[in-house]
Amino acid sequence: MVAIVDYGVGNLFSLKSSFAAIGAEVTVTDDSDVLRNADKIILPGVGAFEDAAKKLRDSGLDVVIKELAAEGKPLMGICLGMQLLFDKSYEYGEHNGLGLIKGSVKSIGDVIPSKLKIPHIGWNPLIFKNGTNPLFRYINEGDCVYFVHSYYACDCDDAVIAVSEYGANLTAAVADKNVFGCQFHPEKSGKTGLAILKAFVDMKEEEIC
Amino acid sequence: MITKRIIPCLDVRDGRVVKGVNFEGLRDVSSPVELAKFYSECGADELVFYDITASSDGRKLFTDILCETAANVFIPLTVGGGINTVADFDRVLKCGADKVSVNSGAIRNPNLIYEAAKLYGDQCVVLSADIKRVDGVFRVFAKGGRENTGIEAIDWIKHCVNNGAGEIVVNSIDTDGVKQGFDLEMLEKVCDAVSVPVIASGGAGKIQDFITLFNTLPKVDAGLAASIFHFGEVKISDLKNEMHKAGIPTRL
Repeated sequence: MVAIVDYGVGNLFSLKSSFAAIGAEVTVTDDSDVLRNADKIILPGVGAFEDAAKKLRDSGLDVVIKELAAEGKPLMGICLGMQLLFDKSYEYGEHNGLGLIKGSVKSIGDVIPSKLKIPHIGWNPLIFKNGTNPLFRYINEGDCVYFVHSYYACDCDDAVIAVSEYGANLTAAVADKNVFGCQFHPEKSGKTGLAILKAFVDMKEEEIC
Repeated sequence: MITKRIIPCLDVRDGRVVKGVNFEGLRDVSSPVELAKFYSECGADELVFYDITASSDGRKLFTDILCETAANVFIPLTVGGGINTVADFDRVLKCGADKVSVNSGAIRNPNLIYEAAKLYGDQCVVLSADIKRVDGVFRVFAKGGRENTGIEAIDWIKHCVNNGAGEIVVNSIDTDGVKQGFDLEMLEKVCDAVSVPVIASGGAGKIQDFITLFNTLPKVDAGLAASIFHFGEVKISDLKNEMHKAGIPTRL
């Protein structure tokens, strides 16, 4: 079963529906026991980093997620949920994340030409990095996914498994052992997005290294 | 490289698609859910659902339909029509909309865009502006293009972007329905005035109109149309193939 962590950030309806659409058993939960019993965990998120990080801490689920990630349970952060996996974010100040992946989150304004619009919004092709991660086994390099973001993950080269070009190569997806993250919205990325979620659901323990 | 978006717009009244549609292989052409699935499979990059219901019963049907669509179609959904308050934003976002488009509501309630952007983020708030030339000046029209507000359009758009509108749909009343191409003059003025994504609407009659749009005005992010897609005059898959051949960044 896939458990989507509900810590009061954003609307999880589309995300839940997308797992249902690929035939996965899915639940939205704030119950740590349900998370412990789940096969895979999804950490969603929209909005501001500081607010989301605080809600996650206040719920106490940050501790549970870290513990389960350390035990090797497959975890995937989506959009802001991916950014929360990192050590820290510089969105309006400096805020600590979960520290599950080394690196930090900074404004895309720091690296893209000023003539480009912020947020980076729309469909952009994936460029694979560090080989082809099992997360991409059902898609091809160059397939487009849907982004909406103003901040991006950096200083995490070893973990980057895909980037998208928007005036600079922006981190699109990351993986470090059993911890995965997508900056884009797989639940809004049509067939490609569903195929990525399916790959996550299908992933077996021995493939995660 | 971000791709140019192609966006079909569906007018929905009492839970049904209003403008007759003409597609082979579609079981129920007036079902918004079926049509949304069909467009998504053809390669539409986003869908706009426009609620033209007048009654509260119809509004309930609309939100039910929206929920059902969001449970079955996994591309971004924008909802417009009948959005006058932050509670209206809340109502459609809970049903799975990703963005909400405001038009007359933003004219009636000057704080709407600011309040909604603060709550849901700029990326969620789309300003839809119906614009027509009156004595050589671009004016904003309200009530589905029937009423001249007297507001100068470019100033209005800039004002709304400053308040938090994250995207602009520019609907030219002058070119709408004429099918002789988008209103490039109007769109260029808007693109020069703002730095948020601009969606062109009104005037598309054939594939070449989209290619001319994106080649002439590279700052335009998306093209929106309704009847030419519904009546099959332009097939989205053909359009996107032609855009790709013309060197326009396209999601195939």
